[in-house]
Amino acid sequence: MLAFILRRIGQAILVLLTVALISFSLFRFVGDPTQQMTSQDTTLEERLQIRKNLGLDDPVIIQFARFVGNAARFDFGVSYQNRQPVAKLIGDRFPATMELAFASAMFALFAGIPMGVYAGLKPNSWLARVFQTVSLVGISLPTFLIGILLIFIFSVTFGLLPSFGRQGVVNLGFWTTGFLTWEGIRSLILPSITLGLFQMTLIMRLVRSEMMEVLRTDYVKFAKARGLTPRAVNYRHALKNTLIPVITITGLQLGSIIAFAIITETVFQWPGMGLMFLQAVQTVDIPIMSAYLLLVATLFVLINLIVDLLYALVDPRIRLSGKAA
Amino acid sequence: MSDSPASATGKPEPSRSMLARMRDSDIWHSFTRSWITMIAALVTFILIFSAIFAHQIAPNDPFNLASLSLLDGGKPPFWSPDGEWRFPLGTDQQGRCVLSSILFGMRISLIVGFLGVVLAAVIGITLGLVSGYLGGTVDSVIMRIADVQLTFPAILIALLIDGTMRALVGTARSEVLVFWVLVVSIGLSFWVQYARTVRGSTMVERNKEYVQAARLIGLGRVTILFRHVLPNVIGPVLVIITINMALAIITEATLSFLGVGLPPTEPSLGTLIRIGNEFLFSGEWWVVIFPGLTLAALVLAINLLGDWLRDALNPKLR
Repeated sequence: MLAFILRRIGQAILVLLTVALISFSLFRFVGDPTQQMTSQDTTLEERLQIRKNLGLDDPVIIQFARFVGNAARFDFGVSYQNRQPVAKLIGDRFPATMELAFASAMFALFAGIPMGVYAGLKPNSWLARVFQTVSLVGISLPTFLIGILLIFIFSVTFGLLPSFGRQGVVNLGFWTTGFLTWEGIRSLILPSITLGLFQMTLIMRLVRSEMMEVLRTDYVKFAKARGLTPRAVNYRHALKNTLIPVITITGLQLGSIIAFAIITETVFQWPGMGLMFLQAVQTVDIPIMSAYLLLVATLFVLINLIVDLLYALVDPRIRLSGKAA
Repeated sequence: MSDSPASATGKPEPSRSMLARMRDSDIWHSFTRSWITMIAALVTFILIFSAIFAHQIAPNDPFNLASLSLLDGGKPPFWSPDGEWRFPLGTDQQGRCVLSSILFGMRISLIVGFLGVVLAAVIGITLGLVSGYLGGTVDSVIMRIADVQLTFPAILIALLIDGTMRALVGTARSEVLVFWVLVVSIGLSFWVQYARTVRGSTMVERNKEYVQAARLIGLGRVTILFRHVLPNVIGPVLVIITINMALAIITEATLSFLGVGLPPTEPSLGTLIRIGNEFLFSGEWWVVIFPGLTLAALVLAINLLGDWLRDALNPKLR
């Protein structure tokens, strides 16, 4: 087990270093970092001095090591556009994205699991067929289109919910939250449904097929034969066993929720990291781009690592097959 | 690939036309059994047909500035009292016909999606063949890159490549350049799946006798890979291409919607939705809803066709 953990951590570090190399190359070779700090009147000596102060004359390996060292201390340089430290800009917007991601994951779980359980228990009922059709549409519609349709229905036509922005935000010092006010929760509803719909359909389909599989197994038949109530069989015995893959998939999907937040945040003008990243892409603001890339990669790799380790803890077969490879 | 008995025995049967052979095949049979698939095929065919012949079908020319009139701006679809038959689905603020814009936009979306998928398939198949045939260090390097890339969603990769290429070529870019930047972004985001599939089947084919024979008579590696191994591993790739086509169209539309894709002067469906989205609150819903529905119908139809193709070509489900 220890060897497995160490090897997985080693792989994770390797992936992170690769991503760091990519964002370093972005930072160093795409465009000249001094270009943004100088004007036309800057003399050549001043330019050379700036290059020297920034350490751009050092060998590339040393520059890369310094880049990694700085990144480990959350120092990503200064944004070309806003002239503010990138770490501060990201820190300001981090809570907005995290709350959106959390709300969508909760929506996906608490809507997806009951729908999947129902569709798995009664696969031929009309409601289950409706769920299947909805899930097909949910997989086919692009995220931004779902957002626009929701805005069209709930904001423009019926005027029930706010269509953009993050309102009713309470500042807690280190964190800003929209969960504490009614306004804040209302403005969170449409974006989190938009972001979570794809995950919800995924979870629903997964729970449905797992339920249908588990209900055919011997231990469920035996539980029925013992005369347990359908309620106990379905929820105590069957559902419990379907939840392991669901938890794994949800964990892995957290990463793509954060990535797809870029689109949702654009549609709803939600002031999160994704919107900032998109603006950085449009204005070629390299420090923000490379910092965002590193941050998201770290989140992805951490989530993958935790899920893998949890899985190995639960399922010994993975440990064994890992040893052979 | 062929399912007809004629090709299995290898005897030429001049009396039976290709059409008759196709009608006898399993694929055709499973196609006619599922009415959802037939509707999906019909929708796909109509949409692709009208995109190809957009010049002939479109009632108006949305790009000809001389024929546009601001007086025609903001007209609703034909069934509402202010609507006109001249503009069946209404017009936007500049008086551009929504239906015509959709036809031309769909054409661009389809071209970008198709070229992107072809590029992804070419990169993926080549790397998969090389990786599976050579093995060793080359194989592990290519597969590690694939692993790292698989950790990230394709849309993020496409955004990053797009951003990097913008930085490299500068922000003052021509429309042609933007077009190819999009194609390359999509191509580089989707190659992994092809590489993995082809690598797997190449590793099986590598040890078969015909490959050894080809090696014995002194054929070069490139000839062996592309003339002899490729035809035997291409089957599953065709299914991935169909499913990826829908994904590529969504990716292009998303990038254009986010404002890093095609510009308003050469709008794809995604660009049309982005422009129309700004008028959603002024009550002109048709400018955004119709391109959106077209995109949804196109993607849904192609997805259904891909699902069917996957099941029809899967020998385990027969």
